[in-house]
This record gives sequence, structure tokens and C-alpha cells, in this order.
Amino acid sequence: MKRYLILEDGTVFAGEAFGAQTASFGEVVFNTSMTGYQEILSDPSYCGQIVTMTYPLQGNYGINSDDFESIEPAVKGIVVREAADFPSNFRSTMSLSELLEKKGIPGIAGIDTRKLTRLIRVNGSIKGILTAAGEDPDFEQVIEKLQETDLPTDQVAQVSIKRPYPSPGRGKRVVLIDYGMKHGILRELNKRKCDVIVVPHNTSAQEILAWGPDGVMLSNGPGDPKNVPECVGVVGELLGAVPIFGICLGHQLFARACGAETFKLKFGHRGGNHPVRDLSTGKIEITSQNHGYAVDEETLQGTRLKVTHTALNDGTNEGLAHLDYPAFTVQYHPESSPGPEDSNYLFDRFLEMMNAQRKEQQHA
Amino acid sequence: MPKRQDIKSILVIGSGPIVIGQAAEFDYAGTQACLALKEEGYRVILINSNPATIMTDTEIADKVYIEPITLEFVSRILRKERPDALLATLGGQTGLNMAIELDESGILDELDIEILGTKLEAIHKAEDRDLFRTLMNELGEPVPESDIIHNMEEAKRFVERIGYPVIVRPAFTLGGTGGGICHNDEQLHEIVASGLKYSPVTQCLLEKSIAGFKEIEYEVMRDAEDTAIVVCNMENIDPVGIHTGDSIVVAPSQTLSDREYQMLRNVSLKIIRALKIEGGCNVQLALDPYSFDYYIIEVNPRVSRSSALASKATGYPIAKLAAKIAVGLTLGEMMNPVTGRTYAAFEPALDYVVSKIPRWPFDKFEAAKRNLGTQMKATGEVMAMGRTFEESMLKAVRSLETGQFHLELKNGKDMSDEWIEKRIRKAGDERLFFIGEALRRGVTIETIHDWSQIDLFFLEKFDKIVRYEEILQQNPFDYETAKKAKRMGFADRTIAKLWDTEEAKVYEWRKEQGLMPVYKMVDTCAAEFESETPYFYGSYEDENESIRTDKESVIVLGSGPIRIGQGVEFDYATVHSVWAIKEAGYEAIIINNNPETVSTDFSISDKLYFEPLTIEDVMHIIDLEQPKGVVVQFGGQTAINLADKLEKNGVKILGTTLEDIDRAENRNKFEAALHEIGIPQPLGKTAVSTEEAVVIASDIGYPVLVRPSYVLGGRAMEIVYNESDLIHYMEHAVEASPEHPVLVDRYLTGEEIEVDAICDGENVLIPGIMEHIERAGVHSGDSIAVYPPQNISQQQIDTLTDYTTRLAKGLNIVGLLNIQYVISKGEVFVIEVNPRSSRTVPFLSKITSIPMANIATKAILGQSIIDQGYTTGLAPLKKGVYVKVPVFSFAKLRRVDITLGPEMKSTGEVMGKDVTLEKALYKGLAAAGMEVKDHGTVLLTVSDKDKEEAVGLAKRFRDIGYQIMATGGTAQAFESAGIAVAEVGKIGAEGRTLLDVIQNGDAQIVINTLTKGKQPERDGFRIRRESVENGVPCLTSLDTAEAMLRVIESMTFQAEEMGAGV
Repeated sequence: MKRYLILEDGTVFAGEAFGAQTASFGEVVFNTSMTGYQEILSDPSYCGQIVTMTYPLQGNYGINSDDFESIEPAVKGIVVREAADFPSNFRSTMSLSELLEKKGIPGIAGIDTRKLTRLIRVNGSIKGILTAAGEDPDFEQVIEKLQETDLPTDQVAQVSIKRPYPSPGRGKRVVLIDYGMKHGILRELNKRKCDVIVVPHNTSAQEILAWGPDGVMLSNGPGDPKNVPECVGVVGELLGAVPIFGICLGHQLFARACGAETFKLKFGHRGGNHPVRDLSTGKIEITSQNHGYAVDEETLQGTRLKVTHTALNDGTNEGLAHLDYPAFTVQYHPESSPGPEDSNYLFDRFLEMMNAQRKEQQHA
Repeated sequence: MPKRQDIKSILVIGSGPIVIGQAAEFDYAGTQACLALKEEGYRVILINSNPATIMTDTEIADKVYIEPITLEFVSRILRKERPDALLATLGGQTGLNMAIELDESGILDELDIEILGTKLEAIHKAEDRDLFRTLMNELGEPVPESDIIHNMEEAKRFVERIGYPVIVRPAFTLGGTGGGICHNDEQLHEIVASGLKYSPVTQCLLEKSIAGFKEIEYEVMRDAEDTAIVVCNMENIDPVGIHTGDSIVVAPSQTLSDREYQMLRNVSLKIIRALKIEGGCNVQLALDPYSFDYYIIEVNPRVSRSSALASKATGYPIAKLAAKIAVGLTLGEMMNPVTGRTYAAFEPALDYVVSKIPRWPFDKFEAAKRNLGTQMKATGEVMAMGRTFEESMLKAVRSLETGQFHLELKNGKDMSDEWIEKRIRKAGDERLFFIGEALRRGVTIETIHDWSQIDLFFLEKFDKIVRYEEILQQNPFDYETAKKAKRMGFADRTIAKLWDTEEAKVYEWRKEQGLMPVYKMVDTCAAEFESETPYFYGSYEDENESIRTDKESVIVLGSGPIRIGQGVEFDYATVHSVWAIKEAGYEAIIINNNPETVSTDFSISDKLYFEPLTIEDVMHIIDLEQPKGVVVQFGGQTAINLADKLEKNGVKILGTTLEDIDRAENRNKFEAALHEIGIPQPLGKTAVSTEEAVVIASDIGYPVLVRPSYVLGGRAMEIVYNESDLIHYMEHAVEASPEHPVLVDRYLTGEEIEVDAICDGENVLIPGIMEHIERAGVHSGDSIAVYPPQNISQQQIDTLTDYTTRLAKGLNIVGLLNIQYVISKGEVFVIEVNPRSSRTVPFLSKITSIPMANIATKAILGQSIIDQGYTTGLAPLKKGVYVKVPVFSFAKLRRVDITLGPEMKSTGEVMGKDVTLEKALYKGLAAAGMEVKDHGTVLLTVSDKDKEEAVGLAKRFRDIGYQIMATGGTAQAFESAGIAVAEVGKIGAEGRTLLDVIQNGDAQIVINTLTKGKQPERDGFRIRRESVENGVPCLTSLDTAEAMLRVIESMTFQAEEMGAGV
């Protein structure tokens, strides 16, 4: 059945509907990963967004029961050149379309996704609507409505858990604040035997410290860090009290808590091929990224933050460390899922930091 | 890290002649490397024996040596040039092996020359099977159960332990020479024996077969700071068991989830780091389709065919950056040359699907074993890009130029189900098409998966294509149906067949309907960053990115995949033509589909279209670009064959007109033209039926030379000595018809002469004349050519100059032409005229410093030869003697008869250059891999007609101390001439036979002219194959033998007793 992707600038793409029959509204962005659609569509950071996959063939290896990054995908829609109706992989249990149907996510196939990508590159991320399957909309009316509608600002609240839960281990106790956490982060901590307690985004510092954590992990999450000032406040209170490691939105919240500013990137970094330079070693890692906002390095002056990583291509900030306290954060995704695993060692660094802190406390 | 300041000059080793397993990709890599090093300010000294390459142009390096890549000659150059460093990882296996040999000889230490890039220790670790396995064990990376064996007993012991099937991989060989899969004792015997023979270290790896696993490749790069990236990963559609060079490959991988992708990526990077590779590297892995189990198959610590493919597939220039890494630059400081605004430390993101299909020589070698295994057999390959898998695959199919445009066999309908199953079970060159036929008959993809182990994903895509045929057929001229078909890559030709109409009608209809492709840019980054790379592929989408400029443009058609008869020489001419067009102030646009070549490097032309060279695909581009015209004379027969259809579409053919091309190529018109110009040719006529051929032959007398018209490389050309052979030929080798006439000519023996010339319509420039060592009858591409001619008179040279000039003018040539003459009994005859660039253009250009393709292109664009600063007539003679020696790949092609004849068989060529013919020949033979020994034994078995001549040769061999061995009749002839000879038994005789002699390495040269043997059971064939299998030079022309003899004579002193007279 026919389906349209209508953008606020008036561009209309006609394609084939797949996945859910329903219409949806969101910010249209693109991701250049050639594999990993299952992880991407279940990454809560895509809450409120319609994701265009630049690689034309999606769904080739189906959907399996292992590679979800959340239980309920928050993405608003998927745009592809072709959605495989015959997936082939030993782990596949259903097709991409079947999953989207089940989860109520609309998809559009058959459009010139490269044209759409170029449009986003030139104009920036843009608001758009995926029409209901088979619907013949009044384009002008839709476009007008699109221009009037604002993107949501409460995505973190939408995707964060409502109650804390443990993911037990016999190692370091880590409180993981869920702003829209990818399961990969939890997996990496568990892999390192951490005793993890996942808490909602609006948990107070007092409550967090009451768990007696060796460290606090700030997760990734959707949207503009400015929309969650209360979270920034909590991070500020935790600073110095406990070692902190932050990822993506967690990185931005940390920066803001330390006095830096964030800004919106034109079309963001989304893909699995972004080179980042580690300024301490000069080495370059290929990283997995998914962010629409970035820390403004010019606003670091006067803060007690130092830049540890920068994006090789556009020079934007990719990592920070606190000069006085055991705390560091990165803009990209060391848990990958999907994407390269070059920076997986950052979790080890977090563990080392917690160990060092404990020793210090013992000696103190 | 900044680049190295402590070194100033670098020697780059090329890869030598084109052979199966090592083709044009190293000209591409070498050229990029030399230019990259020059760009960084280093003095570059290049050695390569292959004159048909861009890299041996004097503009590419500061000093170019076209010399044999042997220890002897490379050492001499090192002593003369005293470079600070050596770069060997861009010259294929040849370059690597040379570097190892140089190192072991001690000369590098002696002269204090450093090896740049990947260190030898790493090369050893990657290439030596034992060291490699040890390293993998240290890293905890799995390799298939295997053992290094040095003899047959060890091989048997391994099989007793592991069981069949096992794979044999000889150490340090090219393209898996001598290797294979064994399922039983007999195969084990045969393959292990040949593997041990071919391995320079007499070592093979026996490995448990993991046939059926997915074969995945990663092209990785690393710099000295340990930054390591993946440029591209690729998935072989053919599972493990078929050499990757013989596999159909897609990029990126299609059936791997991110976890599998990243798992194998991590492994690849771990290995490249452990090996401390500085540059490019290829890692081949096998992945279990039903688990996360994987094995490392092998690692190539250098740029390779796969890296050339990855470069073209992604746009990311691996060789160029590898060269810069070798001099200390890092990925993090170099820019990505494609975008110009992002960095080289980046993993390209594709937004299209790439397909590669190998091009095999089985159309020429009908007797060859067509089944595929671990030993590569393809001579070249094609690549295609599309936005769907189907589009990319069908575009690749029609790029092959094998007459196939679809997943279809010529006589598919007539084949039995059993035959089709057999050809799918046992992988061969046509498996893809047999699969198409099976699907059409309703065989399920599950069944075909059982037969072939090909992943269901791919089979389903093939099935989709086949199923769509019916939908198309039922909806003729329906826009939506046709659009879908085009988006799936269906050729107009296929659609026309299904619609029962003509191809041109489909094209016209589409044009009316606006159903035309757009062109998308290959930019390494899936449009994430702005890029201005002029590199495009076509697809049926909305947005076109290839914008026509205001500058007037000229389109050059490339020569497609490398095959026997159409090699890298044509790419050489194509590239020079493109440069000349740019110099003349036009926009130069190239269309080609060969990923190995320099011409498909996007930095060569103003615009590169990576597209099939079919009329449909070419016309799309012409419709968009509206060029001044199209140049067809540099792309070999591929381009010439399109000229007719292009002109019918109203496209201007630049240079020699279609009518005049036809006058040179159509036999009857050519005869009329010669008559008019007054130049003699051997008697001959055109036959359109067997009966007619018989009449013509009896008129002009036997022997006759027969061949189809309009062919390249002498396909299906034969010398026929009697009527029954002629009838056999007409009924089996060709299908004569009014559309496909057969030429029947008197076969003249004599000196064969080859001339290349340039004409601007009025003036004719002849850069040089070449004489062939082998008498007429051996294809010019397989003959040793000598410049200048050694055995012809000044008067004959004047005649040749006069004839060439008259022919060029008389045939209205504008551009290049190539003429073959024969001098029989002192008289000059024209054999054929090729109104296009030829195989000898690079050879002659390099000798004479006359850039022939460049001058010809400018002549085509209207600048006279005189205005370009050249005079007419035969150019002044160059000092020295130059020989072009053909190189064959027979070791890789089982069951192919190596006898030289009118049909071309060589895959490449080398040049030898020195002050005398003997010295030049010595170098030529050495460069071609023929070891010339100053003593030893020569084994002769010749036919009756050659006996007299053979006696003379045998005498001369004896005079320099060679031992003579011969079989019955030949031995008798020698004895009666008073030559000491050891007689050996014929095949099947009692006692020691000549096969034993060859197998035991008791003969250093084999000379065999036993009749023409098209049936493998014939003895001559056995002898020749046995020589090839045992690496003994086997000469099938007494002229070649004489040439080699002259070389040996010149190297040695006589051993003659007193009183015998000198």
C-alpha cells in the first residue's frame, strides 16, 4: 500500500508502506550504519524521531531475540529504500516489517533515501509525517499542520523507567540513571560483574547515594539536554561524591552540570563510522554515534572540565573529564550495539576509577 | 606524525606481467603509490617489466626501469641508484617475494636500504603458514585444523587423522597456484605433488575443508601510530571453497547482523595490529552460517585485487594512502581524498550495493577444466553498482561481455535437469546462470541451497528476478511494471525479448515515458558530507547528481574486463586518450566497468561513470551529457563493437568513421579497398557456409588460415591443412552465416611484421616497425616482437612505410591503426588492418617516446600531426634492441593446450631492452619467468615437417655443451645427422619415458611441435602439459627455440675440440 513521507519544507516522498499501518510525526534524521537496524530502531534515544537508513537494503538478516536495546522501541518511524521480505540469518525469528507491525511503528520503503539524506544534510534535521498506509492526504493541509506542530520536549520522561530495578552482580555497585538507556550499557557493566541498580531519570542524588554506589553511570537518552534541568541538578550534586561515567545525553547533562553549554547540531552524528581522537594518546577510534546535540567547547572556559576527545571530522566535542573529581564522559557509544567496539575499554576505565576511589577512601 | 625526512629516494617494485591472479589491479595500485610518493616530494625509482602499464610511463616516477624483476636485475638497479628505501607491498606477490629475496641476499644491508611500510617480519608471519598459525594460536584466533607438509607421506598422515575433504594451499604462490580441494587419494596425490612443485619453499598447508561456510573479507588499513580502520567488508556469494578471485562477491556484506559484522571486524583489526601492518591488508574469514563460529582463512599483508575492488567499491583510495602511510603519514592527519573535507581515518559508508563477477577465459579455452576451486582461473573481473541487489547483479552480468544480459543460458531450455543440477552442485564459471535456469524450472531455493550452499538470501533475490520475468511478459509496455523491472536491473534486451519486440523500441518507449536512470555519486560517506568526486553510477531513482557542465565534453569508452586478447594495454591507451582530451581543453568523460584498472580511478578523468558497456547504458549517459562525440578506438573490441549502434542512435563517432572502420574489418570491403590502393594480400575470400569454404580453399590451395570476421585475439582462428579438417572446423568451431562470415585465406609462411601508425586524415606518423620472432601463423599477441626489425632489408622497410602510409590514408583513418604484414619470399603482403589502438601501442610508445594514444586523440580532435610537432613517415630509429615477450598462465589452467597458434593464449607481456638482440632476449625471457640455463639437457620431439630444422638446432645445442634427448623418430633423425642423442621412450613405452624425464626434472628445455593436438589424449598434449605442470619451459615453435638458443650461445663459450674448425 502507498504511504507518503511529508516534510515541513513541503517535500513529499511517495513510497510503499510497511510495518504498522498508522501515521506518525517526528523529526526526520538519517543514520549511515550499514548493519544494526534492530539495535537502532530499539535505541530509546530515537524517541520522537523518524530514522532514515542510508544503506538501501534493510532487514536482510531479520530480527532476532537478542539484539534489542530496549523492550519497547520509541522510534517514530523507519525510512528505507528496501525492506527485505525474505530475511536470512540463523538467529532470525521474524522480518523487520513484522516487528514494526507488532510494535506499532510505521515504515516507508521504495523512496530515494539518498535524496532525502542530501536534503537533511543541506537543511538540517527536519519535521516530517509518515501518513497512514493507503491514506490520500491533502498535502498542503498536512504541511501547514507540520509547520505549526512542535516537536516534543518530554522524551526522557517517556522512555525512562518508572521504578528502580536491580541487575545484580558481585562486583562494584553502580547506580545507572536511565534517561533512555540502551541495554548495551547495562550489558557492559554486568559483563564486568557490576552490581547494577537502574534508577529512573528523576531519582534524587540523595536516593542515589543511599544505595552506597561505587560509581554512577549516566546513560544515553533522547532529546535536548536543556529539556531536563532537574537531571542536570542531580548530576551536579553527585559530582565529587562518587565516580561518574556518562554517555551521550549523560555526557551533555554532565557538561551542563559543570557549567558548560550545549547546542543543536545541524543534522547530528548518527552512524557507526565516526572517527574520534583521544587527545591524551593522539589515537583515533572509530565510534558508534547517535546524537543531535553537542557540548559547546567554547563554553568550557572557566569550568573545571577538560576536553579528552574530539570528533576528527567536524571538531565537535566528544569527551570530557573533570579536573578535580573522578568523573569522565563521552558523547559517543562505547557500548556500541550497533557499531564498532573500539572504545569498549572505557568501561574498564570506569571500573579502574571506582577501584582507585575505593583505595583512596580506604587509605584516607 | 609528519612524513619521513630522513629518506629522499624510494624504489618501488611493480608486479611484472599480467598473469592469472595478478592483473591490472597492480598497475592501479603502483601508479597511485608512485604519484602519492612524488606528491610528498620523494624521488621515486620504479622497476617493472611490464611495458603495458601506466606506472611505467616516465611521468609517473622520476626514474623508470623496465627490467626483469629478478634478483640479478633489481640488485643492479639498487647499486646504480642507491635509493634510501624500498616499497614492495604495492607490487603484488611478485613485489613481496622480490623484497624477501633481496633481503636474504644481503644487498639491502650492504647498501643500507630500508624496507618501508609493513616489515618483512610481518610479511613472513602472514605468508608462512607455520608462523601464521602460531601467531593465530597466540592471539587465540581459530584457524581450521591443518598441518604443514613437505612431502606426500606427511600429507597422507594428515588425511588419516582428519579425513577428507582437505584443502591444499601451497606456500608463497600466486592466486593459489597448484592448490585445490581433495576428496580422495587420487586427487590428494595429484594436487599435493603439484602444490609442492609450485611452492618455492616446497611447502603446502593441508587444511580441513570448511566448504559451505560464508566467506567474508575485510579490507583493513593501519598506520604506524596504530590507528586501524576497515575500508570495506565483502561477502562472497560463493561460500568457502572457491578462490575469492573466482567468487561472485558483494559489498558490503548482506547477510551479517551487526554482531557478526563487528565480531569479524574486531578479529581483522586485532590481526592487523598483531602483525604491525603499515599500509593495507586483506583478511579472509569463514563464518559458520548457523553459529558465531568462525575461522581465519588467510591474510594478505599488502594491497591486493580485493583492495583494488574495495577502493572502487567505496571510492577510498587504499593504495595511495598505503604509500603515504609507508613514509610515516598517519590516517588521522591525511584527508579523505574523496570528500576533501573529512579525514582518512574513517570507515566508508555505502549507500548502494556492489557486485563483482569474475571474467574467465573458458570461452577461449574450451578444453579447460571449468570447475572452480582454490586455484584462481579468472583473468579479470567486472564490478557494478546499484541501489538494489538485483540491479547491481544484473548490471554486472551484462558488463561481462559474454553475450549474457540476464540470468539466462544460451541453450538453457534444451538442457536436462540432471545437467543443470550437476553444474550447480559443482561450482563452475556459469553456475549463476544455471541457477537462473533451475529457478525458471521451478526448483526451490531450498533445493538449490542444498546443492550449492549459497545463502538463501541471495537465492531468493535471484528467484525474484526470475519470477518477475513472467510479470513483465504479461504487461507489455506498462509503465509501472517496466519501472519496477528497471529498478531490478533488467536490461532493455531482456525486456524486449519478453515483450517480443526490439531492444531499440524499448529504449525509445522508455525515453518517451521518461523512464530513465539518474546518476548517484560514490562519495565514501553515504551523502553525509558534501563531496565533489566526479564518480557516478546509474540507478532508477528520483534525484540526479551528475550535472552537465558548460564545458564541451568527449566520452571515451573503456575496454571492460581483462581477458585474453584484451588486456591492460587497452586501458593504457584509454587513460592516455583521456589525458589528451583534457589537454585539448575538453571535459573528458570515461565509461568503464573494470574495477582493477587505472582508467576507473576517479582522479584520471573529469567524470567517471562506472557502468556496463552496453548500448543501453552508454546511451543513457550520452543522452545526459550530450558530448561532442564518442571515442571508440582505444577500448579494444568492446568499444568498437558499440560504434555501429551508437551511430544509428545519432551519436558522433570521433576519429575514423564507422564506415571506414567497417571497410577495414569487413573482408569484402577491405579487399576492394586494397585493390583500389594497390596493396597485395594473401589470396582469400569470405565464406558464409561450409560448402563455400571448401570451394574457396580448393581454389587457393592448402594450407589455409580460417577465422570468423570481427574477432579479437584470434578467437577460433586456425591453420587448416586439408579438406576434412576444414569441414570439421566449419562445423564445430564456428557458425558461419551471412551475418557471421568466415574468412578463408591462403596461409603464407614468412616473417611476420607489425606496424602501428597514427593518421590525422592527411599525415601519417609511423613510430616504429616490429618484427616477430615466430613465423606467421602464431598470433601476434603470442609472438616475441622485436624493435627494430633484424632480418629485413631497407627496401622492405621502405615498402612497409609506403604501404602503411597509403593504407592509413586510403582507409581514411583518423587516429590509430595497427597493421600485420607477412614477408613471404621477399614480398610484402598485408594480413590485416585494425582501425584502432593495439596491444603494441604502449610497447612502441615507450621505446620511441612518441605518446601514440595522446597524439592520436589530438588528431581525432582536429589537431594535425604536424601541428603537434611531429613529422610524417617512419620515425627515426631508437638506439638499442627491444623485445616484447608474451607471458602465459598455463599453470593455472588445467587441460589447456599450450601450443602456439593463430589463437591468442597469453595473458600478459614483458619487455627486454639492451644493446643486442641476444641481451634483450635474455632479459625478456628472464622477465617472463623462463630460466635460461647455460648448460643442461634439451628434450626434443618434433613433427616430421620440422625434423630438418630441428637437426640444425640440436647441433647448435650440442656445440655449447647441452645434452640432447629425443624420442624415436626425432632421435633417429639426429643420429643420422651425427648428433649424439639419448633416446627416451614415448608415452606408454617400456622403461624410462619422456614423461619420467620431465617429471624428474632431467630436462631444462622441452621443444615440442607434435602436430596440432586438440584432443587431450594425444601424446604431444601430454608432453606439453607435463612440462607446464613441472615448470619446465616448453617451446612449441622452433623460432622461439632458436631465439632461446641464440641467447644461450651468447652467454656461453664454445666447447669444441681442436681441429674441428670454428
